[in-house]
Amino acid sequence: MPTVIERYRVQQLLQQGAQLVDVLGAKEYEAEHVPGAVNIPLRDLNRKTTSRLDSRRPVITYCHDYQ
Amino acid sequence: MSARAASRLTGLGFTVYRYQAGKMDWFAAGLPREGSDANVPRIADVAKRDVPTCQLEERIGDLRDRLRANGRKPVVVVDADRVVLGLVGPDGLSGDPAAGVEDVMDLAPVTFRPNLRVGEMPEYLKKQRIQHALVTTNDGILVGLIEP
Repeated sequence: MPTVIERYRVQQLLQQGAQLVDVLGAKEYEAEHVPGAVNIPLRDLNRKTTSRLDSRRPVITYCHDYQ
Repeated sequence: MSARAASRLTGLGFTVYRYQAGKMDWFAAGLPREGSDANVPRIADVAKRDVPTCQLEERIGDLRDRLRANGRKPVVVVDADRVVLGLVGPDGLSGDPAAGVEDVMDLAPVTFRPNLRVGEMPEYLKKQRIQHALVTTNDGILVGLIEP
């Protein structure tokens, strides 16, 4: 079960090398995203598209808000 | 949406955390943005930052003496962490000097989040005939003052 975290913890984990994944659509990502985030839209999330992520480092997912 | 993504990524073998409040929480905290719209002006960019502030325990007379050069500008009431507690407007400042800030302050001033686009704000302020609005983070911390 993924751990739900708040903004301060996100900042901490990013400093420690975590990877940030924006799961919104490409258009929304291109308009505005959290610095450093990579875009893997939810509908495209699979073994192949996540191969760009480093499996040794934690991943933080986010979308627009509490959706 | 992020819950499904987090679950899927966990299934793929990753150690996953879920930032449930999402990017709107990040932007509302006034943190940096990237992307084609990142440079669109936000109200945090135009808010007056050097806003006079006071504590809840102060007296109006003392406040008036302290902020004599401030004129008839509003004063924001904050706690030790700069969380906004209220707003003392010009009328409150010109009242009984023995009154406490707590007695005259507006407990519910209009607030906006820092990431609101500048163009989205004036219509609302006009409709509501609002003279002052505050910009605060999601945590209620003062960012600045908007005077349309």
